[in-house]
Amino acid sequence: MKNLITRRLVLATAFAGAALLTFAGPGQAVAADKPFITVQSTTSTLNSGLYDYLLPIFEKEAGIEVRVVAVGTGQAIKNARNGDGDVLLVHAKSAEEKFVADGFGVKRSDLMYNDFVIVGPANDPAGVAGMNDVKGALSKIASSEAPFASRGDDSGTHKKERSLWKAAGIEPSGGWYRETGSGMGATLNTGIGMGAYVMTDRATWIKFGNKGDYQIAIEGDAAMFNQYGIIAVNPAKHPHVKVKESQTFIDWMLSPAGQKAIAAYQVDGKQLFFPNADKAGS
Amino acid sequence: MSAERDFTGLEAAGRVAPGALLPVTLADVCFAVNGTDLLRGLSLTIAPGSRTVIMGPNGAGKSLLLRILQGLIQPTRGQLTWRRAWGEARGTEGDTAGSATDKHTSGAPPVSIVLQRPVLLRRSVAANLTHALRVLRVPRRDRAARLEELLTLGNLQDRRGQPARSLSGGEQQRLATVRALAGNPEMLLLDEPTASLDPQATQAIEALIQRSHGQGTKIVMVTHDLGQARRIADEVVFMANGRIVETAPAEIFFSQPQSNEARAYLSGHLVI
Amino acid sequence: MQELQSAFWEAGRLLLTFDSDLTEIVLLSLRVTLTAVFLGCLIGFPFGAFLAVARFPGRSLIVLVVNAFMGLPPVVAGLFLYLFLSRSGPLGPLGLLYTPAAMIIAQTILVTPIVTAMTRQVIEDLYQEYDEQFRSMGLSGARAVPSLLWDARYSLITGALAGFGRAAAEVGAVLIVGGNINHVTRVMTTTIALETSRGNLSLALGLGFVLITLSLLINAAVMSLRGSAKRLAYV
Repeated sequence: MKNLITRRLVLATAFAGAALLTFAGPGQAVAADKPFITVQSTTSTLNSGLYDYLLPIFEKEAGIEVRVVAVGTGQAIKNARNGDGDVLLVHAKSAEEKFVADGFGVKRSDLMYNDFVIVGPANDPAGVAGMNDVKGALSKIASSEAPFASRGDDSGTHKKERSLWKAAGIEPSGGWYRETGSGMGATLNTGIGMGAYVMTDRATWIKFGNKGDYQIAIEGDAAMFNQYGIIAVNPAKHPHVKVKESQTFIDWMLSPAGQKAIAAYQVDGKQLFFPNADKAGS
Repeated sequence: MSAERDFTGLEAAGRVAPGALLPVTLADVCFAVNGTDLLRGLSLTIAPGSRTVIMGPNGAGKSLLLRILQGLIQPTRGQLTWRRAWGEARGTEGDTAGSATDKHTSGAPPVSIVLQRPVLLRRSVAANLTHALRVLRVPRRDRAARLEELLTLGNLQDRRGQPARSLSGGEQQRLATVRALAGNPEMLLLDEPTASLDPQATQAIEALIQRSHGQGTKIVMVTHDLGQARRIADEVVFMANGRIVETAPAEIFFSQPQSNEARAYLSGHLVI
Repeated sequence: MQELQSAFWEAGRLLLTFDSDLTEIVLLSLRVTLTAVFLGCLIGFPFGAFLAVARFPGRSLIVLVVNAFMGLPPVVAGLFLYLFLSRSGPLGPLGLLYTPAAMIIAQTILVTPIVTAMTRQVIEDLYQEYDEQFRSMGLSGARAVPSLLWDARYSLITGALAGFGRAAAEVGAVLIVGGNINHVTRVMTTTIALETSRGNLSLALGLGFVLITLSLLINAAVMSLRGSAKRLAYV
């Protein structure tokens, strides 16, 4: 009988302590008073680590917290259309322009670019390693029917990939062309597991932790440049968006200070993103 | 024997409070399940004050009769007529102090039942009783005192904190019995309460029954134990095959049973 | 296999260094899941008990639906809730999207059917046992629910633990309505998904081990309570 009471007492105290820690512990005051904006962006941008580097700089300067929701490009744009974000930052130019044209965005500005590369297994089944002519490389991959893993999810990356196939005059299909329907990281995991070629943005690749024996097979072709755009969600459609803070953020990103910070981000000594906000407008 | 009883004398003697629940009269009460008649036209008056024992072979319908009295099942035909309705509040003018029926808690069922196998809550002995006191709406200020009374009555003071289900069979039944008395019921029904108990435990339960009776609670008990029936009964209701075959004062029943079935039963033959 | 080995080391390193990010993520996970379990029980215990004792037309249908919802895919629950909480949705102005509150609601939706279904079963069995006794004391139907719930307390714990398991393990719902925002709505499961997508498999697995260990500890603590009670015949 005493055993049960003592044990209950101990457990009750433990639960109470845990509850206290969980609900009132350190980190609870995620400053409800600190202003914040929500940015809808993509998983590949998040996975590159750019935000982890860049945002603390901005937050310190402007005192505005930036909350990034990273999902697939299509979902990010849809979320922004629904008004579930103050800023849209993706890399799918035509979709972005449509977003603005439909009245959901105020203005699209070029922000930065990175490039895509095609990675492949060390044994290079299609013999394309070292090529910098992406159209030619894709033709070789198609004709040799070497496995190729595509994201197949209508993301910016996927759209880019399809445009390259189109430019090469090829409609990829068959058992060798596998659409994973997932994000960049998952597609890389799957592709590497299958020994397939994968088109990925350089940033994700450099930071990727599960490379196996893979190398960059094809890079450098101008056709593989990946343009990022930044757009403020239109308060006319969604009156609740934080206009002032969003504009502060966008202005900073496009400013010399912000652009310099973007360029300064490096992984393994390599610059990942190339700021190009000089051009006025889209 | 279902003659009307005259209560004026009993009332004058202070044995029965005015506005009491009993007697209850059953008129041609039947109970059928799925077309099978289990009770066939029972007519009986249960009078206050005496200890009534219901006997008979298995399947006679004794337990069913108890359950009808408790209100757990409804007759499919026939009527029960109580002297007062269960829900009515009771007056206390002119009552004799010390009668158990005086203190009956209004709102609680005035009849309680002790089943053959005690159904106890998964709580301590004391908690089982406080639960009953609460459910039976014993006034809050009286509960603590009543709890002590009941524990003492059942000789369970040492066991108050123990899980009720860890008690021995006899102790559990003692607990179930004092629980049944928690709300000072006017009638206590018992369905073979000591059938699975040893003699010592049986004695304890019988003592509780006798004491309860002494305080004015009507006792109606079903038993198979002839010795127990002899010890307890003031009158016997003998049933077989869903009917009441014979009712008589105890001494007469045991010495001169009138019906064949009763005679056969008392001499140890199977009554088919 | 090498991943598995380095995962163990990762888990150990994370735990022993009390990595501050990890602590934040673990505390948030616990806060969200435990609150959801608490709310799920708050709704599920009485609702399940009510379903156990009440008889009314349509009862079987409700029981069927509740049981079916035990298998509601978390991502579907999340998507559904997103449509309500989105700024374009009916509850948009509440501004709950991408907050821990939204995650708690999502997980509560997942936990409640489990707790309800298991409570109903436990209480139904108990009610059968106590029915006659209770009715003889004037306690019937819905009035018996509080007595039944308290008496079933040790068995109901299993239902609560099942709910906890479901909530602690899911990623789909919290990902959609929470947004996996760093320092705001990032929990253990979404972090594991994130690190996996970054190819940091050892780290992801290590976090997985931490999550499992946490779950084990919580289950052990609760079950020890029940274990000792069983010896004392309270179950």
